[in-house]
Amino acid sequence: MEIPYTTEIRKDTGLYNAKVGIWLFLASEVMLFGALFSTYILLRVGTPEGYWPHGWLTVWLGTLNTIVLITSSITTVMAWASLKMGNFAKFKMFHAITLCCALMFLAIKSYEYHDKFIHNEITLKDGRIADGHVIKKTAEAVTIEGHFVEDRKELFNLRTGFFGPPKHGEIEIKTADIAKMSNYGPAHHTYNAIYFTLTGLHALHVIGGALVIFYLWAFGGRMWKEDPERFTNRIEISGLFWHFVDLVWIFLFPVLYLL
Amino acid sequence: MSDQTQTAHSDHADHFSHHVRRYLYVFAALIIGTAFTVWASYIQFPSREINIAVALVIASCKAFLVAGYFMHLISEKKMVYGILGFTLFFFTGLMALTLWSFGDFPPHTVTH
Amino acid sequence: MQATHAIPHTGIHEEHHADAGFWRTYVFSTDHKIIGIQYGVTALCFLFFGFLLMLMMRWQIAHPATPVPLVGPLLEKMLGTVASQGKISPDLYNSFGAMHGTIMVFLAIVPLAFAAFGNYVVPLMIGAPDMAFPRVNMASYQSYVIGGIIMVVSFFIPGGAAQAGWTSYSPLATSIATNGQTFWLVGMVFLITSSLLGAVNFIATIIQLRAPGMTWMRMPFFVWAQFVTAFLLLLAFPPLEAAGIMQLMDKVAHTSFFLPTGLAVGTLGNISGGGSPLLWQHLFWFLGHPEVYVLILPAMGIVAEIIANNTRKPIWGYKSLVYSALTLGFLSFIVWAHHMYLTGMGIRVATFFQTTTMIISIPSVIILTCLFLSLWGGSIRFNTPMLFVMAFLPMFGIGGLTGLPLGFNFSDLHLHDTYYVIAHFHYIVAPGTIFALFAGVYYWFPKMTGRMMNEFWGRVHFWISLICMNLIFQPMFAQGMAGMIRRMSDGGANYTAAHNTAAGADVIGGLSDSLIHLHVFILWAAVCLGAAQIPFIINFFWSIKHGKPAGSDNPWNATTLEWQTPTPPPHGNFAKAPIVYRGPYEYSVPGHATDFTPQNEPDKA
Repeated sequence: MEIPYTTEIRKDTGLYNAKVGIWLFLASEVMLFGALFSTYILLRVGTPEGYWPHGWLTVWLGTLNTIVLITSSITTVMAWASLKMGNFAKFKMFHAITLCCALMFLAIKSYEYHDKFIHNEITLKDGRIADGHVIKKTAEAVTIEGHFVEDRKELFNLRTGFFGPPKHGEIEIKTADIAKMSNYGPAHHTYNAIYFTLTGLHALHVIGGALVIFYLWAFGGRMWKEDPERFTNRIEISGLFWHFVDLVWIFLFPVLYLL
Repeated sequence: MSDQTQTAHSDHADHFSHHVRRYLYVFAALIIGTAFTVWASYIQFPSREINIAVALVIASCKAFLVAGYFMHLISEKKMVYGILGFTLFFFTGLMALTLWSFGDFPPHTVTH
Repeated sequence: MQATHAIPHTGIHEEHHADAGFWRTYVFSTDHKIIGIQYGVTALCFLFFGFLLMLMMRWQIAHPATPVPLVGPLLEKMLGTVASQGKISPDLYNSFGAMHGTIMVFLAIVPLAFAAFGNYVVPLMIGAPDMAFPRVNMASYQSYVIGGIIMVVSFFIPGGAAQAGWTSYSPLATSIATNGQTFWLVGMVFLITSSLLGAVNFIATIIQLRAPGMTWMRMPFFVWAQFVTAFLLLLAFPPLEAAGIMQLMDKVAHTSFFLPTGLAVGTLGNISGGGSPLLWQHLFWFLGHPEVYVLILPAMGIVAEIIANNTRKPIWGYKSLVYSALTLGFLSFIVWAHHMYLTGMGIRVATFFQTTTMIISIPSVIILTCLFLSLWGGSIRFNTPMLFVMAFLPMFGIGGLTGLPLGFNFSDLHLHDTYYVIAHFHYIVAPGTIFALFAGVYYWFPKMTGRMMNEFWGRVHFWISLICMNLIFQPMFAQGMAGMIRRMSDGGANYTAAHNTAAGADVIGGLSDSLIHLHVFILWAAVCLGAAQIPFIINFFWSIKHGKPAGSDNPWNATTLEWQTPTPPPHGNFAKAPIVYRGPYEYSVPGHATDFTPQNEPDKA
């Protein structure tokens, strides 16, 4: 006996099997990201006034990434709609754009991550604090493009404009004068920790979704010929996952970049 | 909508061209919503909470559009609504109860 | 976590099956029956391993700093200085304790109760050819094995396995300098993935693949129980996965998700702080509480099936059972902080959780009552499965009732983290769930193999296990109420110094000699319990080839669909979809020729 309702709809539920499956899976993903968002709220609420950072992320890059993902979302649904209309060539075109968008998103994200790892906060032995991006590092000195701050609290509000923080001059600091130097990686502050965890997990989902879509895009021709309805359903299911990934970003962007 | 028994392609093509237009409107709304969120975040409201509320409301509208139209939830079956309804309830419970616990102490508890 | 396999396939079964070699048929199988057996055998091995860990711990508790007999030298050879001279050091005891809990819960009971029995029986019971997503099913088993291997391997890395309890509270979990915790967290990610894939499969299968006529209210209660269990796994595990990822970040990337400001323990001086240890507890117990219902619901399902079958009458209160199971599942998500009463909660939050905890006992009691009442007026057959199931009822009753003082925060103040808690939950899982699982093995064995397990040795297994389990756990209530706390590697020896025998009066907080001596008694009971499993293990393997032939495809004369197939059921289970005409427990229907009417038997007339 064959497994029924793989493409045919079961009358009392109105659904085919994989549709039920993907929505169940997405429900679990809601709980996963929900727990992380709860963590964000708790960490932020538990931080003393003035010590939760603002302006540590570049807004225009985040906005661009948001637009990239929204674009990939519409191309995803259009790819499916093309198949429903019997147009395989259009499907290929739309999902090619989806995949390009995915790559672009990941590229921008990598650039942002890198930026955090070269952004350093340096406490000198005489008590001054310098903050900026490392341009050059030798055994004797570190050159940063950054500035000194009077009070460490200033570092928590770089309420910079849309295009990022203002350009600072170069400062050279002798290694011998450095008491402590740390980059803006996950260990720097709970904000960085939740930022990297949330966006990192999201990026893993982007990679996973893109791999599935790539597989279907590259090797789908055969199944389209043999069983077009089943193939269309696969595109719908993978599309639902992709839209979910976009949905998560729709909340991630304002929460991490704007607030 | 969105379902399976494959009749003539031409029927689907007509059926879909009106859906395609809807997708394009949603896309436009999402882009505008994004621009609006960014712009609103630079407005100095009397309190930060208002910024947060505005951002979340706009994000929720965008999410509703993606879920409702791109994911076809607006015409989905009861079973799916049921699954998601329970999920939403438990997600809210997790967030609300945990946050509440953090804020509720015995009397005279010293917090920093 | 990725949806890489959520894709159905049709029409390929026949081609595969025609010339599937050994590997495809038995190792990389997508057939739910093979996968069910794979889960079952693997889980039983882990159950045994967890039992051995317990025996060594109980030795250490009863005879602190004394070399473990028989296995002492072997331990030293395998594990090095932590077991020097064959003695279990405190660190080793802690890792045994953490891993005993982890292995029993996540590698033994849940895979056995949910994945093994569920996979084998549920598709058959609803008249389906297989699970909705066979390849996802295979992936879930493979993920489970990988997670299990990681957990076992962690014993042998420098520093050994995780040591911070199965609950892995931060900051302890991440401040221990060795890598056992990292392995634990990675292992958990694989196990959670396995459970999530399994949960999706079960729910989709039960929703979509019920045979014609198999309405929701005609499903056997076992299927309902598995359905609710799957939902609990689906929605409760992800927050633990999120927490696990964050704890992994704390350990590996030195973040401070769960580390508060101002904490500086050894290597931890250089962290950002700002985190919250309570957050870990909330996220852990958000899973942890539904998890205990995952442990009990499939067992209740098995009990219901076997009671109906062996009383030759319908289960009392089918609708009550179903609605109670659904309510239980729903409520289980909002009671979790009763595990956290001692964390400095305010009155309002504590009252909220106490209230929901009290409310959740109602559906629990309803289920137990319905099962008890099902015995009334029955024509009881006292075979081995029935013995285990009948013992389940009072044993689960004891376990459940002893939970009540723990659910009230005022009494929990006294009992939290004591041996009372250990006794409570072990009563539920050991003579509770595990008895139901043993019953399930004896009951479904003839469907899997066509042979019966030996009745005599089944009874030996039953009686000795029942007596020993009570001898092990009953004293722990007394120990706990007297104040003996959990996870003490010396069995409480340090607290006996406070006991002032010379003055003839007990010092409050001291542990009396008689309480300490109970440890030796418990150890012997545990050894006997282990011995009682030997006939079971031999019986199991011997009966596969040499057991009494079942004589028919339905040796128990049962009504449910899994008994209306050939033995063992072929690939695809049913030649064509069975049609279901009636409910699952049509036993002793007046006027019927036989005392049972299978669900798919057409109506006469």
